[in-house]
Amino acid sequence: MTIPVTLDQTIEHTDRGPLSRDEMAEIVASDIPDGAFVNLGIGQPTQVSNHLAHDSGVVLHTENGMLGMGPVATGDQIDPDLTNAGKVPVTELPGASYFHHADSFAMMRGGHLDVCVLGAFQVSEHGDLANWHTGAPDAIPAVGGAMDLAIGAKDVFVMMTLFAKDGAAKIVPQCTYPLTGLACVSRVYTELATFLVGPDGVTVAETFGTTVDELATRLDVPLRRLGA
Amino acid sequence: MSRVVESAREAVEGIQDGSTVLVGGFGMAGMPVMLIDALIEQGATDLVVVSNNAGNGDAGLAALLAAGRVRKVVCSFPRQSDSYVFDDLYRAGRIELEVVPQGNLAERMRAAGAGIGAFFCPTGVGTPLAEGKEMRTIDGRDYVLELPIRGDVALIGAHAGDEMGNLVYRRTARNFGPVMATAAAVTVAQVTQVVPVGTLDPESVVTPGIYVDRIVQVRQEAS
Repeated sequence: MTIPVTLDQTIEHTDRGPLSRDEMAEIVASDIPDGAFVNLGIGQPTQVSNHLAHDSGVVLHTENGMLGMGPVATGDQIDPDLTNAGKVPVTELPGASYFHHADSFAMMRGGHLDVCVLGAFQVSEHGDLANWHTGAPDAIPAVGGAMDLAIGAKDVFVMMTLFAKDGAAKIVPQCTYPLTGLACVSRVYTELATFLVGPDGVTVAETFGTTVDELATRLDVPLRRLGA
Repeated sequence: MSRVVESAREAVEGIQDGSTVLVGGFGMAGMPVMLIDALIEQGATDLVVVSNNAGNGDAGLAALLAAGRVRKVVCSFPRQSDSYVFDDLYRAGRIELEVVPQGNLAERMRAAGAGIGAFFCPTGVGTPLAEGKEMRTIDGRDYVLELPIRGDVALIGAHAGDEMGNLVYRRTARNFGPVMATAAAVTVAQVTQVVPVGTLDPESVVTPGIYVDRIVQVRQEAS
């Protein structure tokens, strides 16, 4: 982890309910330093871009070959030659640049991106990531750039629900799904809490509509508090 | 000697059964649909296709798959909302799949084009996609040995090309084109526009003509 934690102590927001997806995206955005080079993967994490301040100087990378990606294209802006990694038509901002795929992934693998934000099926207490394959026999595996991002960005943030649809916790002692990367995740943003993960295990930074003690009863990993 | 050919049919001439075909594009951006259609007509079969995806919708790569010409797909991201042609073939056991992390796919082709015998890569360490591969620890970090991917032919899309084969691309449609162009024995480019030699700014050429064997201009749709 390279981005410093701004909180001194764990904060428990018990006067409110869990975060909405949009609020989660807003909190992720607030943790991205001004001027950072950032990859927002595909799907839900792309919502983070809606909450980046215009004067933040954050430059978005999309792995299909662009820096300086702008908002989703609408109407006449739509150009089939200009899409994001999710194949959604996007726009370019002043100062944008294009490059081929080997360069784009060299940029990722070479440690030049400050932050990437990914979804996940599971994150282990030490930051292992599983987000590409459920391992189900009838599932068609598709990895895309997830493994390259996981080992490449200086900070890997995960945005996910804390529990799967079947109620199983997604922060786990060991991932049971096939791995995407080892010890790569630094922060996990969920609707119920924000966690720091790494060599020291799991530290709760903030909770939303719950407490650390309540979470400790629902998760199978030891939870630390900031400043404790 | 001009590398421009008059038709897509000429552009794909000589592609043999069993060939490894590198197919450019990320989704439909940069996909050489006209060349793929010509390849379907040409008839080569038992192909190994290397591409980022395994076809979208019914056109381009999806049409080649639907025609039953592809034995194996090497790609990073087959499963998408509109990859139904591939999904059905895969579930029916009628096509092989090798999933490769996207950056490894690009770098393995780059290695092939650059004369690199193999390279140690940190991507995928500790995951199922590194199983059975040689490992090396260098300066305390673990790496997996990755081998080049060579094509017998590359089919790519570009924006403009001149008679010497120099190519420029447009926006994110560039994607795999420049890398695949270097990695195949024969590289064929479909371009929106063929321009006279001397028209392209030499400072802006992305793929130098040395990598390109045949160029064909996309038929303009009547508007």
